[in-house]
Amino acid sequence: MAESRQTYQQIQSRLNNGETTSEKLALQYIEKINKSDLNAFITVLDERALDKAREVDRKIQSGSAGPLAGMVVAVKDIFSMNKVRTTCGSKILSSYIAPYDAHVVSLLEKADAVIVGKTNMDEFGMGSSTENSAYGSVKNPHDPDRIPGGSSGGSAAAVAADLAMTALGSDTGGSVRQPAALCGIAGLRPTYGRISRYGLIAFASSLDTVGLFSQFVSDCADLLQVLAGEDGNDSTSSPVAVPDYHENIEQGIKGLRVGVPEEYFRGGLDSSIRESVQNVLQAMEKEGAVLQPIKLPMTDYGIATYYLICTAEASSNLARYDAVKYGFRASDIQDLDQMYLDSRHDGFGDEVKRRIMLGTYVLSAGYYDAYYIKAQKCRTLIQQDFKKAFEDCDVIIGPTTPTTAFKLGEKVDDPMSMYLSDIYTVTAPLAGLPAISIPIGKDDSNLPIGIQITSDAFQEDLLFRVANWIETSNP
Amino acid sequence: MAKISDQDVEKIAQLAKLKITESEKESYRSHLEEIVSYVEKLNELDTDDVDPTFSVQQRKQVLRPDETKPSLPREDALKNAPSQANGFFRVPKIISQDRGES
Repeated sequence: MAESRQTYQQIQSRLNNGETTSEKLALQYIEKINKSDLNAFITVLDERALDKAREVDRKIQSGSAGPLAGMVVAVKDIFSMNKVRTTCGSKILSSYIAPYDAHVVSLLEKADAVIVGKTNMDEFGMGSSTENSAYGSVKNPHDPDRIPGGSSGGSAAAVAADLAMTALGSDTGGSVRQPAALCGIAGLRPTYGRISRYGLIAFASSLDTVGLFSQFVSDCADLLQVLAGEDGNDSTSSPVAVPDYHENIEQGIKGLRVGVPEEYFRGGLDSSIRESVQNVLQAMEKEGAVLQPIKLPMTDYGIATYYLICTAEASSNLARYDAVKYGFRASDIQDLDQMYLDSRHDGFGDEVKRRIMLGTYVLSAGYYDAYYIKAQKCRTLIQQDFKKAFEDCDVIIGPTTPTTAFKLGEKVDDPMSMYLSDIYTVTAPLAGLPAISIPIGKDDSNLPIGIQITSDAFQEDLLFRVANWIETSNP
Repeated sequence: MAKISDQDVEKIAQLAKLKITESEKESYRSHLEEIVSYVEKLNELDTDDVDPTFSVQQRKQVLRPDETKPSLPREDALKNAPSQANGFFRVPKIISQDRGES
Protein backbone atom coordinates (compact mmCIF):
# COMPACT_ATOMS: atom_id res chain seq x y z
CA MET A 1 0.00 0.00 0.00
CA ALA A 2 2.60 2.51 1.05
CA GLU A 3 5.96 1.06 0.06
CA SER A 4 7.58 4.46 -0.15
CA ARG A 5 6.69 5.33 3.44
CA GLN A 6 9.34 6.40 5.88
CA THR A 7 9.68 5.27 9.45
CA TYR A 8 8.69 7.77 12.11
CA GLN A 9 12.35 8.17 13.08
CA GLN A 10 13.14 9.24 9.51
CA ILE A 11 10.20 11.65 9.51
CA GLN A 12 11.31 12.97 12.88
CA SER A 13 14.74 13.88 11.55
CA ARG A 14 13.18 15.60 8.54
CA LEU A 15 11.05 17.61 10.99
CA ASN A 16 14.06 18.47 13.10
CA ASN A 17 16.25 19.63 10.21
CA GLY A 18 13.44 21.75 8.74
CA GLU A 19 12.80 19.69 5.58
CA THR A 20 9.12 19.52 6.46
CA THR A 21 6.75 20.74 9.16
CA SER A 22 4.18 19.05 11.34
CA GLU A 23 1.51 21.28 9.80
CA LYS A 24 2.43 20.20 6.26
CA LEU A 25 2.35 16.56 7.25
CA ALA A 26 -0.98 16.89 9.04
CA LEU A 27 -2.48 18.68 6.03
CA GLN A 28 -1.29 15.95 3.67
CA TYR A 29 -2.89 13.28 5.82
CA ILE A 30 -6.16 15.18 6.23
CA GLU A 31 -6.38 15.64 2.45
CA LYS A 32 -5.82 11.92 1.95
CA ILE A 33 -8.46 11.06 4.55
CA ASN A 34 -10.99 13.35 2.88
CA LYS A 35 -10.32 11.72 -0.51
CA SER A 36 -10.48 8.17 0.81
CA ASP A 37 -13.63 6.05 0.38
CA LEU A 38 -12.63 3.28 2.79
CA ASN A 39 -14.94 4.59 5.56
CA ALA A 40 -12.05 4.12 7.99
CA PHE A 41 -12.99 7.14 10.12
CA ILE A 42 -16.13 7.96 12.07
CA THR A 43 -14.89 11.43 13.02
CA VAL A 44 -12.09 13.43 11.37
CA LEU A 45 -10.48 15.96 13.72
CA ASP A 46 -9.05 18.26 11.07
CA GLU A 47 -9.09 21.59 12.90
CA ARG A 48 -7.95 20.13 16.17
CA ALA A 49 -5.15 18.25 14.40
CA LEU A 50 -3.94 21.36 12.57
CA ASP A 51 -3.95 23.42 15.78
CA LYS A 52 -1.89 20.72 17.44
CA ALA A 53 0.47 20.49 14.45
CA ARG A 54 1.14 24.25 14.55
CA GLU A 55 1.84 23.98 18.28
CA VAL A 56 4.23 21.10 17.57
CA ASP A 57 6.05 23.19 14.96
CA ARG A 58 6.57 25.96 17.52
CA LYS A 59 7.91 23.40 19.98
CA ILE A 60 10.30 21.94 17.40
CA GLN A 61 11.58 25.48 16.76
CA SER A 62 12.20 26.00 20.45
CA GLY A 63 13.65 22.54 20.98
CA SER A 64 10.96 21.42 23.41
CA ALA A 65 9.04 18.92 21.25
CA GLY A 66 7.95 15.59 22.71
CA PRO A 67 9.13 12.12 21.63
CA LEU A 68 6.29 11.61 19.10
CA ALA A 69 6.36 15.16 17.70
CA GLY A 70 4.36 15.34 14.49
CA MET A 71 3.45 11.63 14.40
CA VAL A 72 0.02 11.51 12.76
CA VAL A 73 -2.05 9.04 14.77
CA ALA A 74 -5.57 7.69 14.27
CA VAL A 75 -7.44 6.59 17.39
CA LYS A 76 -10.12 3.89 17.50
CA ASP A 77 -13.49 5.36 18.45
CA ILE A 78 -13.48 3.21 21.60
CA PHE A 79 -11.16 5.71 23.34
CA SER A 80 -12.69 8.65 25.16
CA MET A 81 -11.43 12.02 24.01
CA ASN A 82 -12.45 15.13 25.87
CA LYS A 83 -15.13 17.18 24.05
CA VAL A 84 -15.05 14.78 21.07
CA ARG A 85 -17.89 12.48 20.01
CA THR A 86 -17.00 8.92 21.08
CA THR A 87 -19.41 6.38 19.58
CA CYS A 88 -17.72 3.00 20.09
CA GLY A 89 -19.28 2.12 16.72
CA SER A 90 -22.72 2.07 18.36
CA LYS A 91 -25.98 3.90 17.78
CA ILE A 92 -26.45 3.93 21.54
CA LEU A 93 -23.50 6.37 21.86
CA SER A 94 -24.23 8.29 18.64
CA SER A 95 -24.41 11.64 20.42
CA TYR A 96 -22.06 10.91 23.32
CA ILE A 97 -19.41 13.59 23.85
CA ALA A 98 -16.73 12.25 26.17
CA PRO A 99 -16.09 14.53 29.16
CA TYR A 100 -12.48 13.39 29.70
CA ASP A 101 -9.43 12.00 27.89
CA ALA A 102 -8.42 8.34 27.94
CA HIS A 103 -4.98 7.93 29.54
CA VAL A 104 -3.43 6.95 26.18
CA VAL A 105 -4.94 10.03 24.53
CA SER A 106 -3.36 12.27 27.21
CA LEU A 107 -0.01 10.51 26.73
CA LEU A 108 -0.14 10.92 22.94
CA GLU A 109 -0.91 14.62 23.24
CA LYS A 110 1.78 15.14 25.85
CA ALA A 111 4.26 13.41 23.53
CA ASP A 112 3.19 15.86 20.77
CA ALA A 113 1.59 13.31 18.47
CA VAL A 114 -1.11 14.73 16.19
CA ILE A 115 -4.42 12.88 16.55
CA VAL A 116 -6.12 13.11 13.21
CA GLY A 117 -9.41 11.31 13.87
CA LYS A 118 -11.48 8.56 15.46
CA THR A 119 -11.66 5.32 13.52
CA ASN A 120 -14.50 3.01 12.61
CA MET A 121 -14.93 -0.29 14.45
CA ASP A 122 -17.22 -3.20 15.21
CA GLU A 123 -19.74 -2.01 17.79
CA PHE A 124 -18.16 -2.18 21.28
CA GLY A 125 -15.28 -4.17 19.79
CA MET A 126 -17.50 -7.14 19.02
CA GLY A 127 -16.68 -8.57 15.63
CA SER A 128 -13.93 -9.70 13.29
CA SER A 129 -14.83 -7.76 10.15
CA THR A 130 -15.90 -4.20 11.13
CA GLU A 131 -19.26 -4.98 9.53
CA ASN A 132 -20.95 -4.63 12.94
CA SER A 133 -20.56 -0.84 12.95
CA ALA A 134 -23.56 1.48 13.14
CA TYR A 135 -21.52 3.78 10.86
CA GLY A 136 -21.13 1.44 7.87
CA SER A 137 -18.53 -1.19 7.12
CA VAL A 138 -14.88 -0.47 6.28
CA LYS A 139 -13.20 -1.57 3.05
CA ASN A 140 -9.89 -3.39 2.94
CA PRO A 141 -7.37 -1.09 1.18
CA HIS A 142 -6.00 -4.12 -0.72
CA ASP A 143 -9.42 -5.06 -2.15
CA PRO A 144 -12.51 -2.87 -1.65
CA ASP A 145 -14.82 -5.92 -1.84
CA ARG A 146 -13.21 -7.43 1.24
CA ILE A 147 -13.33 -6.77 4.96
CA PRO A 148 -10.34 -5.20 6.75
CA GLY A 149 -10.75 -7.51 9.76
CA GLY A 150 -11.98 -6.32 13.11
CA SER A 151 -12.88 -5.09 15.47
CA SER A 152 -10.24 -2.35 14.98
CA GLY A 153 -10.77 -2.43 11.19
CA GLY A 154 -10.85 1.35 10.74
CA SER A 155 -7.48 1.82 12.45
CA ALA A 156 -5.90 -1.02 10.45
CA ALA A 157 -7.27 0.24 7.12
CA ALA A 158 -6.16 3.79 7.95
CA VAL A 159 -2.54 2.77 8.57
CA ALA A 160 -2.46 0.36 5.60
CA ALA A 161 -3.74 3.09 3.26
CA ASP A 162 -1.37 5.66 4.84
CA LEU A 163 -4.22 7.80 6.17
CA ALA A 164 -2.26 7.88 9.42
CA MET A 165 1.31 6.96 10.33
CA THR A 166 0.19 4.82 13.26
CA ALA A 167 -3.05 4.04 15.07
CA LEU A 168 -4.47 2.88 18.37
CA GLY A 169 -6.85 -0.03 18.55
CA SER A 170 -8.03 -2.36 21.26
CA ASP A 171 -7.52 -6.12 21.40
CA THR A 172 -9.79 -8.38 23.44
CA GLY A 173 -9.53 -11.64 21.46
CA GLY A 174 -7.57 -10.55 18.41
CA SER A 175 -9.09 -7.20 17.42
CA VAL A 176 -5.69 -5.67 16.63
CA ARG A 177 -3.64 -8.64 15.38
CA GLN A 178 -6.30 -10.01 13.03
CA PRO A 179 -7.04 -6.73 11.16
CA ALA A 180 -3.28 -6.01 11.07
CA ALA A 181 -2.75 -9.38 9.37
CA LEU A 182 -5.60 -8.87 6.89
CA CYS A 183 -4.48 -5.31 6.05
CA GLY A 184 -0.75 -6.10 5.79
CA ILE A 185 0.62 -4.01 8.68
CA ALA A 186 2.09 -4.53 12.15
CA GLY A 187 -0.33 -4.92 15.09
CA LEU A 188 0.70 -5.38 18.71
CA ARG A 189 -1.32 -6.63 21.62
CA PRO A 190 0.84 -5.84 24.66
CA THR A 191 0.84 -7.80 27.92
CA TYR A 192 -2.37 -7.39 29.95
CA GLY A 193 -1.62 -4.43 32.25
CA ARG A 194 1.22 -2.94 30.17
CA ILE A 195 -0.88 0.06 29.02
CA SER A 196 -3.54 1.79 31.12
CA ARG A 197 -7.10 1.29 29.90
CA TYR A 198 -8.50 4.37 31.63
CA GLY A 199 -10.96 5.82 29.10
CA LEU A 200 -11.04 2.68 26.94
CA ILE A 201 -14.74 1.78 26.78
CA ALA A 202 -15.02 -1.65 28.40
CA PHE A 203 -16.07 -4.84 26.59
CA ALA A 204 -14.49 -7.73 28.54
CA SER A 205 -12.37 -6.30 31.31
CA SER A 206 -10.22 -9.34 32.08
CA LEU A 207 -9.14 -9.44 28.41
CA ASP A 208 -9.29 -5.88 26.99
CA THR A 209 -5.96 -4.25 26.13
CA VAL A 210 -4.91 -1.15 24.22
CA GLY A 211 -3.32 -2.22 20.92
CA LEU A 212 -0.99 -0.53 18.44
CA PHE A 213 -0.86 -0.43 14.64
CA SER A 214 2.04 0.71 12.49
CA GLN A 215 3.60 0.25 9.09
CA PHE A 216 7.00 -0.43 10.67
CA VAL A 217 7.98 -2.41 13.76
CA SER A 218 10.20 0.45 14.87
CA ASP A 219 7.21 2.85 14.92
CA CYS A 220 5.34 0.40 17.11
CA ALA A 221 8.27 0.44 19.56
CA ASP A 222 8.23 4.26 19.55
CA LEU A 223 4.52 4.23 20.43
CA LEU A 224 4.77 1.62 23.17
CA GLN A 225 7.68 3.53 24.71
CA VAL A 226 5.34 6.46 25.31
CA LEU A 227 2.18 4.51 26.24
CA ALA A 228 3.51 1.75 28.54
CA GLY A 229 3.48 2.17 32.31
CA GLU A 230 1.45 2.26 35.48
CA ASP A 231 -1.50 4.62 35.88
CA GLY A 232 -3.33 5.36 39.10
CA ASN A 233 -6.63 5.49 37.23
CA ASP A 234 -6.39 1.83 36.14
CA SER A 235 -5.63 -0.56 38.99
CA THR A 236 -4.83 -3.32 36.47
CA SER A 237 -1.99 -1.30 34.96
CA SER A 238 1.32 -2.86 35.92
CA PRO A 239 4.24 -1.41 37.91
CA VAL A 240 6.72 -3.64 36.01
CA ALA A 241 9.53 -1.39 34.75
CA VAL A 242 9.30 -0.24 31.11
CA PRO A 243 12.49 -1.14 29.19
CA ASP A 244 14.05 0.79 26.29
CA TYR A 245 12.25 -0.88 23.38
CA HIS A 246 14.91 0.16 20.85
CA GLU A 247 17.90 -1.05 22.82
CA ASN A 248 17.93 -4.62 21.48
CA ILE A 249 15.64 -4.26 18.48
CA GLU A 250 18.45 -4.86 15.97
CA GLN A 251 20.08 -7.68 17.87
CA GLY A 252 18.82 -10.38 15.50
CA ILE A 253 17.69 -13.92 16.22
CA LYS A 254 20.81 -16.08 16.48
CA GLY A 255 20.32 -18.74 19.15
CA LEU A 256 16.67 -17.78 19.64
CA ARG A 257 14.46 -20.77 20.52
CA VAL A 258 11.33 -20.60 18.39
CA GLY A 259 8.38 -22.72 19.46
CA VAL A 260 6.29 -24.02 16.55
CA PRO A 261 2.94 -25.38 17.80
CA GLU A 262 1.72 -28.33 15.75
CA GLU A 263 -1.89 -27.33 16.47
CA TYR A 264 -1.40 -24.08 14.47
CA PHE A 265 -0.69 -25.86 11.17
CA ARG A 266 -3.63 -28.25 10.91
CA GLY A 267 -6.65 -28.32 8.62
CA GLY A 268 -8.58 -25.10 8.11
CA LEU A 269 -5.38 -23.15 7.46
CA ASP A 270 -4.98 -21.68 3.95
CA SER A 271 -2.13 -23.43 2.16
CA SER A 272 -0.65 -20.08 1.07
CA ILE A 273 -0.49 -18.93 4.69
CA ARG A 274 1.03 -22.24 5.79
CA GLU A 275 3.75 -21.95 3.13
CA SER A 276 4.54 -18.31 3.89
CA VAL A 277 4.88 -18.97 7.63
CA GLN A 278 7.01 -22.05 7.01
CA ASN A 279 9.27 -20.07 4.67
CA VAL A 280 9.87 -17.51 7.40
CA LEU A 281 10.57 -20.26 9.94
CA GLN A 282 13.11 -21.87 7.59
CA ALA A 283 14.81 -18.52 7.05
CA MET A 284 14.98 -18.03 10.80
CA GLU A 285 16.57 -21.44 11.22
CA LYS A 286 19.11 -20.61 8.53
CA GLU A 287 19.94 -17.40 10.41
CA GLY A 288 20.71 -19.42 13.55
CA ALA A 289 17.40 -19.66 15.40
CA VAL A 290 16.47 -23.05 16.82
CA LEU A 291 13.06 -24.36 15.79
CA GLN A 292 11.38 -26.27 18.57
CA PRO A 293 8.22 -28.29 17.85
CA ILE A 294 5.82 -27.68 20.74
CA LYS A 295 2.31 -28.63 21.74
CA LEU A 296 -0.51 -26.28 22.75
CA PRO A 297 -3.27 -28.89 23.18
CA MET A 298 -5.76 -26.31 24.50
CA THR A 299 -5.77 -24.45 21.16
CA ASP A 300 -8.95 -26.28 20.10
CA TYR A 301 -10.73 -25.12 23.26
CA GLY A 302 -9.68 -21.48 23.02
CA ILE A 303 -12.70 -20.13 21.18
CA ALA A 304 -15.25 -21.86 23.44
CA THR A 305 -13.42 -20.58 26.54
CA TYR A 306 -13.07 -17.12 25.09
CA TYR A 307 -16.71 -16.66 24.05
CA LEU A 308 -18.02 -17.78 27.43
CA ILE A 309 -15.78 -15.39 29.34
CA CYS A 310 -16.02 -12.39 27.03
CA THR A 311 -19.80 -12.53 26.71
CA ALA A 312 -20.28 -12.93 30.46
CA GLU A 313 -18.12 -9.87 31.07
CA ALA A 314 -19.79 -7.96 28.24
CA SER A 315 -23.29 -8.59 29.59
CA SER A 316 -22.14 -7.07 32.87
CA ASN A 317 -20.17 -4.16 31.36
CA LEU A 318 -22.92 -3.18 28.95
CA ALA A 319 -25.54 -3.02 31.69
CA ARG A 320 -24.37 0.58 32.10
CA TYR A 321 -26.21 1.59 28.91
CA ASP A 322 -29.48 2.28 30.66
CA ALA A 323 -30.56 5.47 28.85
CA VAL A 324 -30.25 7.44 32.08
CA LYS A 325 -26.73 8.86 32.43
CA TYR A 326 -25.77 9.04 28.76
CA GLY A 327 -26.60 7.49 25.46
CA PHE A 328 -29.64 6.94 23.29
CA ARG A 329 -33.14 6.87 24.85
CA ALA A 330 -36.08 5.51 22.86
CA SER A 331 -39.12 7.75 22.38
CA ASP A 332 -42.74 7.14 23.47
CA ILE A 333 -41.71 5.82 26.86
CA GLN A 334 -44.44 4.97 29.39
CA ASP A 335 -42.43 3.58 32.29
CA LEU A 336 -38.91 2.84 33.49
CA ASP A 337 -38.78 -0.80 32.44
CA GLN A 338 -39.97 0.04 28.95
CA MET A 339 -37.30 2.75 28.78
CA TYR A 340 -34.57 0.16 29.43
CA LEU A 341 -36.03 -2.48 27.12
CA ASP A 342 -36.78 -0.22 24.16
CA SER A 343 -33.64 1.93 24.39
CA ARG A 344 -31.36 -1.10 24.52
CA HIS A 345 -33.32 -2.85 21.76
CA ASP A 346 -33.12 0.12 19.42
CA GLY A 347 -29.66 1.33 20.48
CA PHE A 348 -27.62 -1.90 20.29
CA GLY A 349 -26.85 -3.79 17.07
CA ASP A 350 -27.54 -7.49 16.51
CA GLU A 351 -24.13 -8.91 17.43
CA VAL A 352 -23.93 -6.89 20.64
CA LYS A 353 -27.39 -8.12 21.65
CA ARG A 354 -26.46 -11.71 20.80
CA ARG A 355 -23.43 -11.48 23.06
CA ILE A 356 -25.33 -9.81 25.89
CA MET A 357 -27.89 -12.63 25.65
CA LEU A 358 -25.26 -15.38 25.71
CA GLY A 359 -23.39 -13.69 28.57
CA THR A 360 -26.58 -13.27 30.58
CA TYR A 361 -27.41 -16.93 29.97
CA VAL A 362 -24.01 -18.28 31.12
CA LEU A 363 -24.13 -16.13 34.27
CA SER A 364 -27.73 -17.01 35.15
CA ALA A 365 -28.79 -19.27 38.00
CA GLY A 366 -28.29 -22.93 37.17
CA TYR A 367 -25.74 -22.33 34.40
CA TYR A 368 -23.04 -20.31 36.18
CA ASP A 369 -20.95 -23.31 37.25
CA ALA A 370 -21.51 -25.34 34.11
CA TYR A 371 -20.44 -22.58 31.72
CA TYR A 372 -18.81 -19.57 33.37
CA ILE A 373 -16.76 -21.34 36.05
CA LYS A 374 -15.94 -24.14 33.63
CA ALA A 375 -14.53 -21.58 31.20
CA GLN A 376 -12.44 -19.93 33.93
CA LYS A 377 -10.97 -23.33 34.74
CA CYS A 378 -10.18 -23.90 31.08
CA ARG A 379 -8.46 -20.51 31.08
CA THR A 380 -6.15 -21.92 33.78
CA LEU A 381 -5.36 -24.88 31.50
CA ILE A 382 -4.59 -22.51 28.61
CA GLN A 383 -2.18 -20.57 30.85
CA GLN A 384 -0.51 -23.82 31.84
CA ASP A 385 -0.14 -24.75 28.16
CA PHE A 386 1.83 -21.57 27.50
CA LYS A 387 3.82 -21.85 30.73
CA LYS A 388 4.98 -25.31 29.78
CA ALA A 389 5.74 -24.23 26.20
CA PHE A 390 7.93 -21.34 27.36
CA GLU A 391 10.14 -23.77 29.29
CA ASP A 392 11.38 -24.93 25.87
CA CYS A 393 11.27 -21.78 23.78
CA ASP A 394 11.61 -17.98 23.88
CA VAL A 395 8.86 -17.13 21.42
CA ILE A 396 6.01 -19.00 19.75
CA ILE A 397 5.43 -18.41 16.05
CA GLY A 398 2.51 -19.32 13.82
CA PRO A 399 -0.06 -17.81 11.50
CA THR A 400 -2.21 -14.92 12.79
CA THR A 401 -5.33 -15.98 10.90
CA PRO A 402 -6.46 -19.19 9.16
CA THR A 403 -7.46 -17.29 5.98
CA THR A 404 -6.72 -13.99 4.28
CA ALA A 405 -9.38 -11.24 4.13
CA PHE A 406 -12.83 -12.59 3.31
CA LYS A 407 -15.53 -10.85 1.25
CA LEU A 408 -17.83 -8.20 2.72
CA GLY A 409 -21.10 -9.90 3.68
CA GLU A 410 -19.62 -13.41 3.47
CA LYS A 411 -19.94 -14.29 7.16
CA VAL A 412 -22.26 -11.61 8.43
CA ASP A 413 -25.22 -13.98 8.85
CA ASP A 414 -23.12 -16.77 10.33
CA PRO A 415 -21.74 -15.58 13.69
CA MET A 416 -20.28 -18.99 14.53
CA SER A 417 -18.08 -19.09 11.44
CA MET A 418 -16.96 -15.51 12.21
CA TYR A 419 -15.99 -16.60 15.75
CA LEU A 420 -13.96 -19.56 14.44
CA SER A 421 -11.75 -17.22 12.41
CA ASP A 422 -10.20 -16.09 15.73
CA ILE A 423 -8.67 -19.48 16.53
CA TYR A 424 -5.01 -18.35 16.65
CA THR A 425 -5.60 -15.03 18.41
CA VAL A 426 -7.87 -15.82 21.39
CA THR A 427 -5.51 -17.92 23.52
CA ALA A 428 -2.79 -15.32 24.21
CA PRO A 429 -5.37 -12.92 25.74
CA LEU A 430 -6.74 -15.68 27.95
CA ALA A 431 -3.21 -16.11 29.32
CA GLY A 432 -2.53 -12.33 29.43
CA LEU A 433 0.40 -12.68 27.02
CA PRO A 434 1.66 -10.18 24.43
CA ALA A 435 1.67 -11.01 20.72
CA ILE A 436 2.45 -9.15 17.53
CA SER A 437 1.32 -9.77 13.96
CA ILE A 438 3.48 -8.56 11.08
CA PRO A 439 3.03 -8.94 7.31
CA ILE A 440 4.97 -11.64 5.45
CA GLY A 441 3.83 -11.29 1.87
CA LYS A 442 0.64 -12.00 -0.05
CA ASP A 443 -1.43 -14.89 -1.36
CA ASP A 444 -2.40 -15.56 -5.00
CA SER A 445 -5.20 -12.98 -4.82
CA ASN A 446 -2.68 -10.36 -3.67
CA LEU A 447 -4.10 -10.33 -0.14
CA PRO A 448 -1.76 -9.83 2.83
CA ILE A 449 -0.66 -12.67 5.10
CA GLY A 450 0.29 -12.14 8.75
CA ILE A 451 2.63 -14.06 11.05
CA GLN A 452 2.08 -14.00 14.80
CA ILE A 453 4.84 -13.95 17.41
CA THR A 454 3.90 -14.58 21.05
CA SER A 455 6.20 -14.25 24.07
CA ASP A 456 5.97 -14.59 27.80
CA ALA A 457 4.53 -11.63 29.73
CA PHE A 458 6.30 -8.24 29.55
CA GLN A 459 8.70 -9.28 26.78
CA GLU A 460 7.48 -6.87 24.14
CA ASP A 461 11.15 -5.96 23.55
CA LEU A 462 11.75 -9.55 22.42
CA LEU A 463 8.69 -9.43 20.14
CA PHE A 464 10.05 -6.25 18.53
CA ARG A 465 13.48 -7.84 18.08
CA VAL A 466 12.08 -10.89 16.27
CA ALA A 467 9.52 -8.88 14.28
CA ASN A 468 12.18 -6.37 13.26
CA TRP A 469 14.43 -9.17 11.98
CA ILE A 470 11.59 -10.65 9.91
CA GLU A 471 10.63 -7.21 8.59
CA THR A 472 14.14 -6.13 7.61
CA SER A 473 15.42 -9.46 6.25
CA ASN A 474 12.13 -9.96 4.37
CA PRO A 475 12.49 -13.74 3.97
CA MET B 1 -26.74 -30.81 21.80
CA ALA B 2 -28.10 -28.05 23.99
CA LYS B 3 -31.75 -27.10 23.63
CA ILE B 4 -32.85 -23.49 24.05
CA SER B 5 -36.60 -22.82 24.10
CA ASP B 6 -38.56 -19.69 23.27
CA GLN B 7 -39.27 -19.37 27.00
CA ASP B 8 -35.51 -19.46 27.74
CA VAL B 9 -34.98 -16.63 25.24
CA GLU B 10 -37.77 -14.56 26.83
CA LYS B 11 -36.35 -15.10 30.30
CA ILE B 12 -32.78 -14.21 29.29
CA ALA B 13 -34.00 -11.11 27.44
CA GLN B 14 -35.88 -9.95 30.53
CA LEU B 15 -32.77 -10.49 32.70
CA ALA B 16 -30.67 -8.59 30.17
CA LYS B 17 -33.26 -5.79 29.87
CA LEU B 18 -33.52 -6.25 26.13
CA LYS B 19 -36.81 -6.12 24.25
CA ILE B 20 -37.08 -8.92 21.73
CA THR B 21 -39.80 -8.84 19.12
CA GLU B 22 -41.61 -11.98 17.97
CA SER B 23 -39.83 -11.87 14.62
CA GLU B 24 -36.39 -11.67 16.32
CA LYS B 25 -36.99 -14.48 18.77
CA GLU B 26 -36.14 -17.42 16.52
CA SER B 27 -32.85 -15.90 15.40
CA TYR B 28 -31.70 -15.42 19.02
CA ARG B 29 -32.92 -18.89 19.95
CA SER B 30 -31.09 -20.67 17.15
CA HIS B 31 -27.91 -18.66 17.64
CA LEU B 32 -27.86 -19.34 21.38
CA GLU B 33 -28.48 -23.01 20.75
CA GLU B 34 -25.69 -23.18 18.20
CA ILE B 35 -23.06 -21.50 20.36
CA VAL B 36 -24.08 -23.21 23.58
CA SER B 37 -23.81 -26.55 21.78
CA TYR B 38 -20.38 -25.53 20.51
CA VAL B 39 -19.02 -24.45 23.93
CA GLU B 40 -20.14 -27.74 25.44
CA LYS B 41 -17.00 -29.20 23.91
CA LEU B 42 -15.30 -27.91 27.09
CA ASN B 43 -16.99 -30.83 28.85
CA GLU B 44 -14.42 -33.07 27.15
CA LEU B 45 -11.89 -31.60 29.60
CA ASP B 46 -11.52 -32.86 33.15
CA THR B 47 -11.31 -29.73 35.29
CA ASP B 48 -12.26 -31.19 38.68
CA ASP B 49 -8.89 -30.33 40.23
CA VAL B 50 -8.31 -27.09 38.34
CA ASP B 51 -8.70 -23.68 39.98
CA PRO B 52 -10.54 -21.03 37.96
CA THR B 53 -8.57 -17.99 36.75
CA PHE B 54 -10.65 -14.84 37.01
CA SER B 55 -7.74 -12.52 36.34
CA VAL B 56 -4.36 -13.19 34.76
CA GLN B 57 -2.77 -10.83 37.23
CA GLN B 58 -1.48 -12.05 40.56
CA ARG B 59 -1.62 -8.62 42.19
CA LYS B 60 -3.35 -8.19 45.50
CA GLN B 61 -5.90 -5.44 46.06
CA VAL B 62 -4.53 -2.15 44.75
CA LEU B 63 -5.25 0.65 47.22
CA ARG B 64 -4.57 4.37 47.33
CA PRO B 65 -4.85 6.91 50.15
CA ASP B 66 -8.44 7.98 50.74
CA GLU B 67 -8.00 11.60 49.72
CA THR B 68 -10.55 13.91 48.18
CA LYS B 69 -9.54 14.79 44.65
CA PRO B 70 -11.26 16.85 41.95
CA SER B 71 -13.88 14.90 40.04
CA LEU B 72 -16.17 15.58 37.10
CA PRO B 73 -18.16 18.81 37.65
CA ARG B 74 -21.92 18.19 37.93
CA GLU B 75 -22.78 20.03 34.72
CA ASP B 76 -20.23 17.96 32.76
CA ALA B 77 -21.56 14.75 34.25
CA LEU B 78 -25.09 15.71 33.21
CA LYS B 79 -24.22 16.93 29.71
CA ASN B 80 -24.79 13.56 28.03
CA ALA B 81 -28.00 12.69 29.87
CA PRO B 82 -31.00 12.13 27.55
CA SER B 83 -33.12 14.02 30.05
CA GLN B 84 -32.19 16.15 33.08
CA ALA B 85 -33.82 18.64 35.42
CA ASN B 86 -32.58 20.78 38.32
CA GLY B 87 -29.15 19.17 38.33
CA PHE B 88 -30.45 15.60 38.33
CA PHE B 89 -30.90 12.79 35.83
CA ARG B 90 -34.55 12.58 34.83
CA VAL B 91 -36.32 9.26 34.26
CA PRO B 92 -39.94 8.22 33.72
CA LYS B 93 -42.08 7.65 36.80
CA ILE B 94 -41.09 4.45 38.51
CA ILE B 95 -44.01 3.74 40.85
CA SER B 96 -47.07 4.95 39.01
CA GLN B 97 -47.18 3.58 35.48
CA ASP B 98 -50.25 5.46 34.29
CA ARG B 99 -48.39 8.60 33.22
CA GLY B 100 -44.89 8.75 31.77
CA GLU B 101 -42.63 11.30 30.17
CA SER B 102 -40.42 11.11 27.17
